[in-house]
Amino acid sequence: MVSILDIIGPVMVGPSSSHTAGACRLGLLARGLVGGTPTRAVLELHGSFARTGEGHGTDKALVGGLMGFRPDDERLRDALDIMEREALDYRFEKTTLGEDADTHPNTVRITLERGDRHAVMQGSSLGAGRILVTRIDGFPVEVTGNLHTIVLVAEDLKGSVARIAQLLADNDLNIATLRLTRKERGGDAFMVIEIDDVPGESVRDAVRALPWVRWAYRLDKVGP
Amino acid sequence: MFKALADAIAAADAAGTTLAHVALDAEARDSGRTVDDIRRSLARALAVMRGAIAQGETGDLRSASGLVGGDAAKLRTGPAGPLAGTVFRDVLTRALAVQEVNAAMGVIVAAPTAGGAGVLPAVLTGLADRHAIPDDRVVDALATAGLIGAVVAERASLSGAEGGCQAETGAAAGMAAGAAVEMLGGTPRQAGHATALAQQGTLGLVCDPLGGLVELPCVFRNATGSAIALAAIEMALAGVEFAIPVDEVIDVMGEIGKAMDVRYRETAGGGLAATPTGRRLAKERLVQIKRG
Repeated sequence: MVSILDIIGPVMVGPSSSHTAGACRLGLLARGLVGGTPTRAVLELHGSFARTGEGHGTDKALVGGLMGFRPDDERLRDALDIMEREALDYRFEKTTLGEDADTHPNTVRITLERGDRHAVMQGSSLGAGRILVTRIDGFPVEVTGNLHTIVLVAEDLKGSVARIAQLLADNDLNIATLRLTRKERGGDAFMVIEIDDVPGESVRDAVRALPWVRWAYRLDKVGP
Repeated sequence: MFKALADAIAAADAAGTTLAHVALDAEARDSGRTVDDIRRSLARALAVMRGAIAQGETGDLRSASGLVGGDAAKLRTGPAGPLAGTVFRDVLTRALAVQEVNAAMGVIVAAPTAGGAGVLPAVLTGLADRHAIPDDRVVDALATAGLIGAVVAERASLSGAEGGCQAETGAAAGMAAGAAVEMLGGTPRQAGHATALAQQGTLGLVCDPLGGLVELPCVFRNATGSAIALAAIEMALAGVEFAIPVDEVIDVMGEIGKAMDVRYRETAGGGLAATPTGRRLAKERLVQIKRG
């Protein structure tokens, strides 16, 4: 369903909703994987991101997103200078991430690190500022950033969904969507949970503390 | 939200109200937000639009490639043409201003997209300022424009990569025309005809930016798109009607977009981007950007 506020919006730094606003949102989501501004990052640009990204400020928008700037933040224009001033070690590479037919033309893979936390995220900018994260640490996911999201990998145990749902309910959080996937029976189960309200760091920690959860991430809403 | 403008026009007529009101009511139903809350979001968008116009009209802005910039200021202070002193010239100035701000990584409202962001603010604020129309009625007009854009998104496309420039500045012209007609006192029916008249004038328009950058011709397409919107507004308010219903015009825009060769859909493979000068300029400027 189309909203008139999607049409009259977003408010954003130009010049391109896909190459600038979408790129910024991908950076914002990625920073959530390491819980803040990464100290090191390698950004591999694919397709149109690699070809016309510099002219669209895609590099500035991605870096700005990693530093926590939102798509309407005018500091995006100076993001590369700010990055240097803050002595952040971010590097760009142009690459081909899979065949063109399988990989969206506006795709980036970000390898990032902050303290002892590491993550690899691949995502695409789909147009009009909408994004889709398709891989986190090698696992296939579908994260839009339109809602607050918890991503976790767990052992494939009976009742794991119920336990997580209960934990969220105990914290007064309402599940909007939940997707559970696994590669094989008894293999690791992968859960992407979108939540209406903001889950605190404590909720993520509680999820992580479950003995059968291998890891969990909390990603902030970055959508409109 | 409505999937056909005809349905929205019928709903407005049945209730004796405006397209803006049926749009705001539908949005409130869909989103669970109050009409006041939605209007506040639209008022913020209007403030950003006005800010971009002010910045672009007076600012010395240059795009990343240096291909565009400074032309809004020329229209504002440069030599008089046959339209000097008219609202027409003012609207052209504003359209260039917003799009120059966009190309220079300034803050704009993507309405419906960043590449087509100049038309709606230029037409609505240009006409509102000329006719001393208060901001709450311009906010209503933004709701009407949002409704029209939502119908275009549903039935056709708002993406240059999918439908060419007819889906970006063309759709923006259709949104601006319908919204402005209602803002100036026209009926919902007249607003529908204004949208049809503007959109028909941009059918087939290709998306052919040099180097794939949202600069040339995008900046100027926003000015000419605004001119088409003004023509449609003038005709519709005079009672001119377009024989093909607006929803069918929107449908055919989508069909033409699908049939458009990929060279003409934002890939810089055809149109102005592929002219000898277009290729040369893109190559030179992209090298320049990389050097920083």
